[in-house]
Amino acid sequence: MLKLKPVNIPSSPADTYNRQILRRFLKHRLAVVSLIFLGLIVLLAILAPVIAPYDPNRITGGFSQAPSYEHWLGTDQSGRDVLSRLLYGTRISLLVGFMATLISTVIGVILGLLSGYFGGWLDMVIMRITDMVMSFPYILLVLVAAAIFEPGLVNIILILGFVDWPGVARLVRGNVLALRETNFVKSAEVAGMPKGYILFSEILPNTVAPILVYATSVFALSILDEAALSYLGMGVTLPTASLGNMLNGAESITILTSKPWLWIPAGSLIILLALSINFIGDALRDAADPTSTK
Amino acid sequence: MKHLLDVQNLSVAFRGDDRRERTVVDRVSFHVNPGEILCIVGESGCGKSVTALAIMDLLSRNGRITEGSVRFDGRELIGMTAGEMDQIRGSKMTMVFQDALTSLNPVFTVGRQLTESLRVHQGLDKKEAAKRAVTLLEKVGLPDPATMMKKFPHQLSGGQRQRVMIAIALSCDPKLLIADEPTTALDVTIQSQIMSLTRDLIHELNMSMILITHDLGLVAEMADRVIVMYAGQIVETADVYSLFHTPAHPYTKALMGAVPSIYDSSDRQLASIRGTVPENYTELSGCRFADRCDHACEDCRSGAKSEGTFSVSAEHTVRCILYAPESDKEVTSCV
Repeated sequence: MLKLKPVNIPSSPADTYNRQILRRFLKHRLAVVSLIFLGLIVLLAILAPVIAPYDPNRITGGFSQAPSYEHWLGTDQSGRDVLSRLLYGTRISLLVGFMATLISTVIGVILGLLSGYFGGWLDMVIMRITDMVMSFPYILLVLVAAAIFEPGLVNIILILGFVDWPGVARLVRGNVLALRETNFVKSAEVAGMPKGYILFSEILPNTVAPILVYATSVFALSILDEAALSYLGMGVTLPTASLGNMLNGAESITILTSKPWLWIPAGSLIILLALSINFIGDALRDAADPTSTK
Repeated sequence: MKHLLDVQNLSVAFRGDDRRERTVVDRVSFHVNPGEILCIVGESGCGKSVTALAIMDLLSRNGRITEGSVRFDGRELIGMTAGEMDQIRGSKMTMVFQDALTSLNPVFTVGRQLTESLRVHQGLDKKEAAKRAVTLLEKVGLPDPATMMKKFPHQLSGGQRQRVMIAIALSCDPKLLIADEPTTALDVTIQSQIMSLTRDLIHELNMSMILITHDLGLVAEMADRVIVMYAGQIVETADVYSLFHTPAHPYTKALMGAVPSIYDSSDRQLASIRGTVPENYTELSGCRFADRCDHACEDCRSGAKSEGTFSVSAEHTVRCILYAPESDKEVTSCV
């Protein structure tokens, strides 16, 4: 039946897409360090109940005491242990950042997929809503929302999650518009694959890398936003500690100048978290770029 | 004989930026017999691919079928719901695209892409599907199918990818394969391998094929019957022997004249067809080739018979006034 002899082409070592990404990621020293740092912080946050020396909400010493052997990072204005509050606060901040990012990414991805693939009036409606959300001054929108729905952990997560999605939606829509016209999507249509399958199993995996990269910046931003809101008293409410509301006490000059242990730990941790997440995002962007030859 | 695919008066229109519809495929009728390879030839932009996409119901969203009927295996395809169409596409009727390099999803292995449609259409479980996939890869002449299954598209050569595409197309035993210039992205030696592989498989599996191409050499090699399209219309239909021995339409003759031969003397000038396919060709009346035709006369543009289709022999029809029957000859002053 076949007149052809099989053509033998030497197989290249299994260099899969994922492995390429990993290899390129590992070349970014700063990102690797950031990843290790982030991992360490996440681990400390998860283990907070085990390693925290005190209950974060209990008064265990004098007011605003300087660091000592009993209280490594001192105590706050109500006499609670700063180190314990820092550990628990990191937990809350990471939780807020992660959940808000998850919500906004899921909303953005779904809306972007639908909008890009089906087009027409659906695209029109979704994109106008996106424009609307984007055209509000961000911090004002969040503040108003926080004022309407009472401040609190769950609310702050929902608010940030429902405000952050337009960027993801636009990004995904743009990618889908290009992917929709590719031959492999047409081939899947020719093969009679269901629309849902094409959307989630053919198109989505091809745009995961940019979504991940974008999500890291949303993650960093959410942590910063939580800090800002909590600092303003509109976010996570006391006595629950968060990195943001730990900075609350730093409103006065006296504290800023003479009691640095009240604000330096939380402040620098916020900065380091945001920085390391952004470094990781940058490295991911480079690593996921399929045209990169590094 | 019962036709596998019967296309009657199919017209396709596209809406442009100015919201006006332009008919790009104009009342096209043809059929495909079981076990037959039908070639559609013509210049770029004459409606070959659009005809194929219309049959598959894959027109882009600004295009639509304005009239006509497409009967496949006794069922009318036009007006089918998307769900019914999905049942037919992939399992009974399938298509291979021009560019094999981009027809495979870059993030999945060959094996996964090959087994997906088997699992969706034939309800095979993972193991059975993998087994069948290996047999298919063997069938299309790929070495070491087990390793091939684990490879990603970028690890394959162009020819290998096109073989994988053919394996995917054949995976559900379709009755009709539409191949839209399947080898244009490949070099000639691979092209001939792929085409003879395709032809052997078509015959072996008793399938039919519509091959869209502008390569007359490929037509001669592959086709049982040929359709020549020009500016959205079929200008000539013939079996492959009649077409090459006695081409009738001036356009077909001109196409043949433009093919170089290895026996040409070195100083032969290749013929070309002057002009280009007219844009907005729907607005033309009479024969659409008239402006580029050496035999054209007034009657071609405005005559009563200028849009008629005439028989040259039993299976050979041509859309040209020159072939109007004797009784009608007085209507034309053409030679």
